[in-house]
Amino acid sequence: MFKRSLAASTAIFVISLGLPAIANAATDLQWWHAMTGANNEVVNQLAKEFNESQSEYTITPVFKGTYPETLNAGIAAFRSQQAPAIIQVFDAGSGVMMGAEGAIVPAAEVLQKGGYTFDKSQYLAGIAAYYSKPDGTMLSFPYNSSSPIMYYNKDMFAKAGLDAENPPKTWPEVFEAAKKIKTSGAGACGLTSTWLTWIQTENFAAWNNVAYGTNENGLGGNDVKLQFNSPLFVQHFQAIADLAKDENFRYGGRTSEAKQLFMSGECAILTESSGGLGDIVKSGVNYGIGQLPYYEGQGPQNTIPGGASLWVFGGKSDAEYKGVAEFFNFLSQTKIQVRLHEVSGYMPVTNAAYEETKKSGFYDKNPGRETPILQMMGKAPTENSKGVRLVNLPQVRDIMNEEFEAMLAGQQDAKTALDKAVERGNAAIAEAVGN
Amino acid sequence: MHTVAFPNKILPYLLLAPQIVLTIVFFFWPASQALYQSMVRQDPFGLKSSFVGLANFRNVLTDPSYIHALQVTVVFSLLTALVSMGVALLLATAADKVVRGQGFYRTLLIWPYAVAPAVAGMLWLFMFNPAMGTLAYLLRRNGVSWDPLLNGDQAMALVVVAAAWKQISYNFLFFVAGLQAIPKSLIEAASIDGARGNRRFWTIVFPLLAPTTFFLLVVNTVYAFFDTFGIIHSVTGGGPAKATETLVYKVYNDGFVNLNLGSSAAQSVILMIIVIALTAFQFRFVEKRVHYG
Repeated sequence: MFKRSLAASTAIFVISLGLPAIANAATDLQWWHAMTGANNEVVNQLAKEFNESQSEYTITPVFKGTYPETLNAGIAAFRSQQAPAIIQVFDAGSGVMMGAEGAIVPAAEVLQKGGYTFDKSQYLAGIAAYYSKPDGTMLSFPYNSSSPIMYYNKDMFAKAGLDAENPPKTWPEVFEAAKKIKTSGAGACGLTSTWLTWIQTENFAAWNNVAYGTNENGLGGNDVKLQFNSPLFVQHFQAIADLAKDENFRYGGRTSEAKQLFMSGECAILTESSGGLGDIVKSGVNYGIGQLPYYEGQGPQNTIPGGASLWVFGGKSDAEYKGVAEFFNFLSQTKIQVRLHEVSGYMPVTNAAYEETKKSGFYDKNPGRETPILQMMGKAPTENSKGVRLVNLPQVRDIMNEEFEAMLAGQQDAKTALDKAVERGNAAIAEAVGN
Repeated sequence: MHTVAFPNKILPYLLLAPQIVLTIVFFFWPASQALYQSMVRQDPFGLKSSFVGLANFRNVLTDPSYIHALQVTVVFSLLTALVSMGVALLLATAADKVVRGQGFYRTLLIWPYAVAPAVAGMLWLFMFNPAMGTLAYLLRRNGVSWDPLLNGDQAMALVVVAAAWKQISYNFLFFVAGLQAIPKSLIEAASIDGARGNRRFWTIVFPLLAPTTFFLLVVNTVYAFFDTFGIIHSVTGGGPAKATETLVYKVYNDGFVNLNLGSSAAQSVILMIIVIALTAFQFRFVEKRVHYG
């Protein structure tokens, strides 16, 4: 049924384009993604280059909306047996996909089906670990990986009498700097952050080497008890809540909205994904880049990758898997990875691409662009810092966001907020695992 | 009552067929799917499913956040209905008094009805978003601590205003029609008896508008209950801290964001029961008791 409709749609596609019959021989592979703007152009460009490089397979990129929308579209398509070959799934959705054994085929296996051997050592360690099963099988192909870093407004720092060339390194120093921004009159808002969940809990845990949850934060198994209400988290969030009382810390929203507060010059310090660099450059703010702050005596350990990876759905033909393998192999070429990294601000996925970029002198010309990689590669990951994986991480993130919002509005203190988030999160995980 | 007899026995069914097919495809079939889903627990990909009877309903009804969403919905609906009807009535009475260019004013007032909910939401968001909104910036500069991203009451106010604004046009049309149906002689008689504008309005106009008002109350409540998803989704996303999460939004959020399909289906079945109850209520009581002058 599915194959027939695929063949039919391919035929219609070919007829509508008026292509010669020979194009019919190419296996069509759909790639559903969530990339907008400049990153969308990169996706289309890559597909075009791959299609031109050989004649057996055609990659057709299809934009499906935001990250969660793309994931939902993929799930709905799978339920009605219309799944695409490749789907881009964001970091928080990884656990959802991993929980669906039988719905997906591991990326390593796909590569083997295409006659390639999968060599884990070629990939950046932190990234490979994040997208692998506990036994080391890589489940998805890392496409766009990013890490959270700190951006600061150099003009506002200078105005407040802070050292604009040496940004604060630890959280207590950051909070002091934020206060000074306000008291000196350099700005109304000292600090803001995008993605409180991804940056201030998931990466916070890894970077400071504290547990987010049991079972290696979920990488060791689905059965996880959340632990992000331990003293270091409470201390950190109470400090943020205290700053929020006189709007020295400003909340932007649950995802990347806070970037706007930095780009408009309202807030002096921002923690945000390295992938957000492009917009900040465009805004014209005189910015500097620093490492993600940490707590003395705890960090810096290593950060964990965000962004998204490519998953392959099950139930396809061998020809289709071979095509996907060819495409993944195409993507991991050094020259493609180097270009992806330099154009998009996302991290290179292979060691060779990283070395190549280093050699070319790109980092000397663009200081700060290496920061996310150095952070992620800083130390060999511990059980607290390989990543966070929950079968329903998007839902747990929402629960946290709700409690954080109530905390920042002054309705509860950090301890209460974190305790409630842990309790509600554990209940949601138990419910989801029991499915 | 006059009955129409068709000479052919099949023809009436044939004529009804398109409507019946539409009802089956777009109502009965999805509704039966929802009923089935509501008694099943399933993983997001539909790989494993098990029959759980009424467990989903039990979980939903004992979930404090569901009760909270119900309260939010009631507050939101009442406020939206009150604001949109109040403003519409004010504008309708004002437009009724305009001598020149009545058509022009009316056209302008009807415009917002053509705006899609999500677009209406974005419009208000662009004005009042604390990060980029022009009016939000002015408010903050003048010392108002405007932050609907954290302040639940402000977020509620924002979605209510956006939802009500979109519905004003519709209400306005009905009120204008209702006002025109009121005999001028009654108002003139009252004027001769010495009743001033306010008194004339409350003792003559308002009671005679009752059928319109009741009709609009039901329509607006149903609108606020079920048709405001786009506005809430684009303005607040149900936040902050669930302060603007209505029942319909929760169905979406639990089903399509949290991927808990059983719970989501159970909630939509409950909503279906609420709709049926509201409709029955309207036909049984409201229609009978309102005095149609």
